[in-house]
Amino acid sequence: MERAVTGGARIGDRPRPKKNYLNETKGFWSWASTVDHKRIGIMYLVATLTAFLLGGIFALLVRLTLLTPQHTLFGLQVTAETYNRFFTLHGAIMVFLFIIPSIPGSLTNFVLPLMIGAKDVAFPRLNLASFYLWIVGAVMAVASMVIGAVDTGWTFYTPYSTTTSGTVTLMTAAVFVLGFSSIFTGLNFIATVHKLRAPGMGWFDMPLFVWGMYSTAVIQVLATPVLGITLVLLMLERVFQIGIFDSRIGGDPVLFQHFFWFYSHPAVYIMILPGLAIISELIPTFSRKTMFGYRAIAYSSVSLALLSFIVWGHHMFVAGQSQLATVIFSALTFLVAIPSGVKVFNWLSTMYMGNISLETPMLYAISFLMLFAIGGLTGIFLGTLSTDVHLTDTYFVVAHFHYVMMGSTVTAFIGGLHYWWPKMTGRMPSEKWGRVAAILWFIGFNATFLPQFILGSRGMPRRYYNYLDQFQPLHAFSTVGSWIIGLSLFISLGYLLASLRKPADAPDNPWGGTTMEWQTSSPPITHNFEDTPVLEHEPYDYRPKAVTH
Amino acid sequence: MSTTTTDVHSHGEHGDHEHNPYHQHHFATMEQQFDTSKLGMWLFLATEILLFGGLFVGFGLMQHRYPREFIEAHEHLKQLVAGQLFPLYGALNTMVLLVSSWTMVMGVNAAQTDQKKKLVRYLVITILLACVFLVVKYVEYSHKFNDHLLPGMFYGHQSEDLIKGTHGYATFFAFYFMMTGLHGIHVLVGIGLLSWLVMRARRGDFTSSYYTPVDLVGLYWHIVDVIWIYLFPLYYLIS
Amino acid sequence: MSSHTESHTHHGGPKIYTANLLALLFLTVITVAAASFNFGSANVVIALAIATVKATLVGLFFMHLIWDKPVNAIIAIAGFLFLGIFLMFDFIDVGSRVNLQPRNMPNMENATPAPDTMNPLKTAPPKPLEPAPAAEEHK
Repeated sequence: MERAVTGGARIGDRPRPKKNYLNETKGFWSWASTVDHKRIGIMYLVATLTAFLLGGIFALLVRLTLLTPQHTLFGLQVTAETYNRFFTLHGAIMVFLFIIPSIPGSLTNFVLPLMIGAKDVAFPRLNLASFYLWIVGAVMAVASMVIGAVDTGWTFYTPYSTTTSGTVTLMTAAVFVLGFSSIFTGLNFIATVHKLRAPGMGWFDMPLFVWGMYSTAVIQVLATPVLGITLVLLMLERVFQIGIFDSRIGGDPVLFQHFFWFYSHPAVYIMILPGLAIISELIPTFSRKTMFGYRAIAYSSVSLALLSFIVWGHHMFVAGQSQLATVIFSALTFLVAIPSGVKVFNWLSTMYMGNISLETPMLYAISFLMLFAIGGLTGIFLGTLSTDVHLTDTYFVVAHFHYVMMGSTVTAFIGGLHYWWPKMTGRMPSEKWGRVAAILWFIGFNATFLPQFILGSRGMPRRYYNYLDQFQPLHAFSTVGSWIIGLSLFISLGYLLASLRKPADAPDNPWGGTTMEWQTSSPPITHNFEDTPVLEHEPYDYRPKAVTH
Repeated sequence: MSTTTTDVHSHGEHGDHEHNPYHQHHFATMEQQFDTSKLGMWLFLATEILLFGGLFVGFGLMQHRYPREFIEAHEHLKQLVAGQLFPLYGALNTMVLLVSSWTMVMGVNAAQTDQKKKLVRYLVITILLACVFLVVKYVEYSHKFNDHLLPGMFYGHQSEDLIKGTHGYATFFAFYFMMTGLHGIHVLVGIGLLSWLVMRARRGDFTSSYYTPVDLVGLYWHIVDVIWIYLFPLYYLIS
Repeated sequence: MSSHTESHTHHGGPKIYTANLLALLFLTVITVAAASFNFGSANVVIALAIATVKATLVGLFFMHLIWDKPVNAIIAIAGFLFLGIFLMFDFIDVGSRVNLQPRNMPNMENATPAPDTMNPLKTAPPKPLEPAPAAEEHK
């Protein structure tokens, strides 16, 4: 750990301050009314992980139903309606309550101000409001499940969503509220990055995590309002039959898909860009090597954010869009491969000749590289018009987006959680069990979703609750894989919680990171830094000469 | 590079200004705080543009789908408004909002130059103009209600030219009510915010060194005006 | 505090604001007058162009963008730019669709309502869509 720490102090040299953000004030109210970005981050972490658990239970139920073609669950018959609700709740919870808010709300809220040497985010009260909006949205979403049922899929496609019975209106209202929570988070981060960087920190001195989250925030601010108005139109169509989406009363169902995907395709990048951002921190730290192509990665984050706005039509290739539009959208879709490739090649070049240490976060980062490559490359199949006609609405699509959403984003999220866990809690999680869980995660994930590529290319349609007998071996394989994923997550939960019971043992900089969050104590004091941190070198500077200063 | 300006307890002593009660601890200077608030407000305004923009896009696409019905509904809207082919109410409301934008910016100017009485006066005039706008809107809406020119399933107009049951007419009036209605809600919110400003201004909260809320509400009020600038030709002029 | 207040108060001023208001009112009169002439499809363009000029005047002077840090103007422009992207691609789609409405929709050939407009699918089952020459939208 012989490396540079700016700001004067050496690793571990400092005595641990008695007061930190966790114990400075006590009691429920001190948390519920806090405006400290670190506490809000912790609250977001608990909240979104609860949603992850709930969505995960529905995922396991979906997989268990598909174990045999007889669509039974614990010996009971599952009706098509019940199955529809299972996958709708799985999708809606995972997308709107977990993936979109998780990394921005929890990890970013915690580390972004630390990384740029700020005392807090730009608008602390707005940050808290954003969290409570999430709570309100989550309560509404759960209420819509308890009162009635939603069986539209997370995409709420018309005309089904405007005609089905059930509590679709309440669910869309919930998503509307969650959208505003997301907007406020993004708005806060943009203002924070623009105005609260430490003295001397220019745009190209920021860690790449900040670049990634800045790009994410731009999408959150510019795309989410359109989701808001789309959901309002959908609710009005259901309640007042205004005649915009339902062809029975003169509307255009494809128009709904345009409106929905103008948000939801960029939203896919709200999900993946934070994952890419975390990996950009893990790779140089655990390779002990200066980031290769810093600027290329920074620019690729921004260009991914911008490209995300002009490719939404690739969700609608067979939905009745015009041929001209499909060709244009298909061509634009291929452009996404360029910045994605730039990132992957730069990460690999960073690792090349690096001093790689395979600690738990790095195991997740390496898993990420492989899973993201598979997820990204299968996306090219789906962006190609001729193959997409065959693959639309099959398990190939399911496998593709799970590789990107879960295999990439969730992998990065867990990796980042392990990476910053010592900073957040002051405790080191068990390294041994961490590695076991990471390897199980990788095995379980591939066991679950690789067979689904084969299923899809052979014609297994998504969202069906039964299937032909010939598909059973692959479906059974996939279901067993889902149990391994569950086991891995269960182990992670176990040792992470167990680490909280032991006394604080984490040094300020356990991994030898170079970014500013490692300059403060673990866990940080309420105002983040005792002295204003000063930037003395570019990020990811692992050159030996930096030690002397 | 300066390195000490953001220390927790020392911000008051740095720079040549005394400590301002509205200074939040995580900002180094009041200027940084002001610029950040303004940036945040502009980001919010961008979301407003896109929120209304979605409705504009929906209107445009529906007009493309039902060009004849939309033009007929347009003609009808104009005739009903003033009994002749002249968009009287729309134009009147445009003028009202433009003047209210002017009184708002004059209010901001008064706050910047420490003229408390002037600030209160301009804010009150702005509120009154907003009320005038809503009264005109009310008269206009009651015409529509009388003639059953209502959105979607409530559409029940029975005259010869805009028959119930034809696709397009009900959609046109649905958009008319959604867009002017959402705009009207924004005007109502604006009245609320302006009243809050009047209260604070009378209390003497705003000075040339702290007038951020006046400035931000001003920006909000102007974007409400900008949206109306686009709504006006869309509903009252184009045919 | 001096530098802060100066940088915000010495810009603009009542004279500029009043001149801006007069220009905006003048443009409103122009756009109402222009609407009474029939320029065909250019009517829309003229009305929206005048509206854009007005919006720009409000943004530059009433909202201080002309004196502000450029980032605020960039945010405002980005809002309109992404709206433009949304509008453009949607119109690329609907403008080049050959099956804007299903062929069996009674509304299709004749805009006068058929008896069963509210539920056209009852009278005729949906046929597979094909780019048939008859499937042109009515203009």
